[in-house]
Amino acid sequence: MSDTTGFYELVVNGQRREVRDSWVGESLLYVLRERLGLMGSKGACEQGECGSCTVLVDGDAVCSCLVLSASAVGSEVVTVEGLSADGSPTDVQRAFVDHGAVQCGFCTPGLIVAVHHLLDHNPDPSPIEVKEALSGNICRCTGYGRIFAAVETVVAVRKGVAK
Amino acid sequence: MTVHMPVSLDEAVDLLVANPGARLLTGGTDTMVEVNFNRLKPTTVIGLRKIAALREFSISSEIIEIGAGVPYARMESGPLAEALPALAAAARTVGSPQIRAAGTLGGNLGTCSPAGDGLPVLAALDASINLRSPKGRRIVPFADFMVGVKRNARSADEIIESVTIVPTSGFQDYAKVGVRNAMVISVASVCFVHDRKSSSVRVALGAVGPTIIRPRDAEAWLAERVDASGVLPADDAIATEFASRVAAEARPIDDHRSTAAYRRHAIETLTRRLYLRSTK
Repeated sequence: MSDTTGFYELVVNGQRREVRDSWVGESLLYVLRERLGLMGSKGACEQGECGSCTVLVDGDAVCSCLVLSASAVGSEVVTVEGLSADGSPTDVQRAFVDHGAVQCGFCTPGLIVAVHHLLDHNPDPSPIEVKEALSGNICRCTGYGRIFAAVETVVAVRKGVAK
Repeated sequence: MTVHMPVSLDEAVDLLVANPGARLLTGGTDTMVEVNFNRLKPTTVIGLRKIAALREFSISSEIIEIGAGVPYARMESGPLAEALPALAAAARTVGSPQIRAAGTLGGNLGTCSPAGDGLPVLAALDASINLRSPKGRRIVPFADFMVGVKRNARSADEIIESVTIVPTSGFQDYAKVGVRNAMVISVASVCFVHDRKSSSVRVALGAVGPTIIRPRDAEAWLAERVDASGVLPADDAIATEFASRVAAEARPIDDHRSTAAYRRHAIETLTRRLYLRSTK
């Protein structure tokens, strides 16, 4: 078992990160942004409705605002910053840019994580499966069409039928 | 100010004894909203996510047991969805994929909101709730477990361990109404279970009363109209009359999500729809 009193260690993007002087109720989103300086995950609704804080915890795409940070001790956390090993854009990120799926950009990190998670588990999703997988990520700019187009392109390129 | 992450149920029970009033946490999808909005300031938290036994389920022809920590995502498809189609239908309506990856039946039962999507299913299937304390296991029928809005029969020293369900044979489904299709809290919901073995129909209503409501009078009325082989009559008039009787037993209120009148209307429509679906 693990007890956590103000100090604990998280594994974020493969690195061990120390969290000090924390309050017990801090969300993973708060700790990522305010204590670990990982500003990619965005905070908007703080109640799991907008998806802009989506990260992977032990491979599951979850809202980091709803994860008690200290409960993630011993788990593998991956944020949008950790999707690319060398810091260059992933195919999903590039497709978002190419299709104009990034407008104000606030929802983008959460969507990028959700799309990677979808395609890791379902490399050839139907349009309805894409919509369902992204139904927890709210975008107020694009109307989603450009986002779906970006996903379609990534699927096609990964299958080798488009470039 | 401590977060404990026990890896066994026994350890969790001991921690709860040692820390009376500690907040029990599974998926966090309710608790963390309270915390983020400063409505709850926990001092001691016992997280149950690392307890492997709570994240398991078992299915046999006699009994289905689902650990309190199994996330909704694992009920949407696979063996649980095949065994309990109504649970799968309800699980698919919970929040978003992110919420379903975290949220659990244990959390739904711990919070006991009348709008909890898992609860009408447990009520209609006559599920038992298994509670663990230093005294051992206590088994509480769902009907006795939920006692009011966000109130349940769990004692302070008990942890919700699992639910057990006796499988039924026949149609079962769940339907709900909300302001849109995705990512929505129930305004009214109905679980409909037809058990051919007992020639009975069991219905449970969500978000239209202080607890999940079983319209027992309507169920009894319908039981008299099921023939000996357990077949439901494919009859519009019966469906309509049954739906109207079910809706009469709802106890909805006006609140920020909807009105009592709309909720009663929605219950009637959903019940009629589910009844007719069951006879197809």
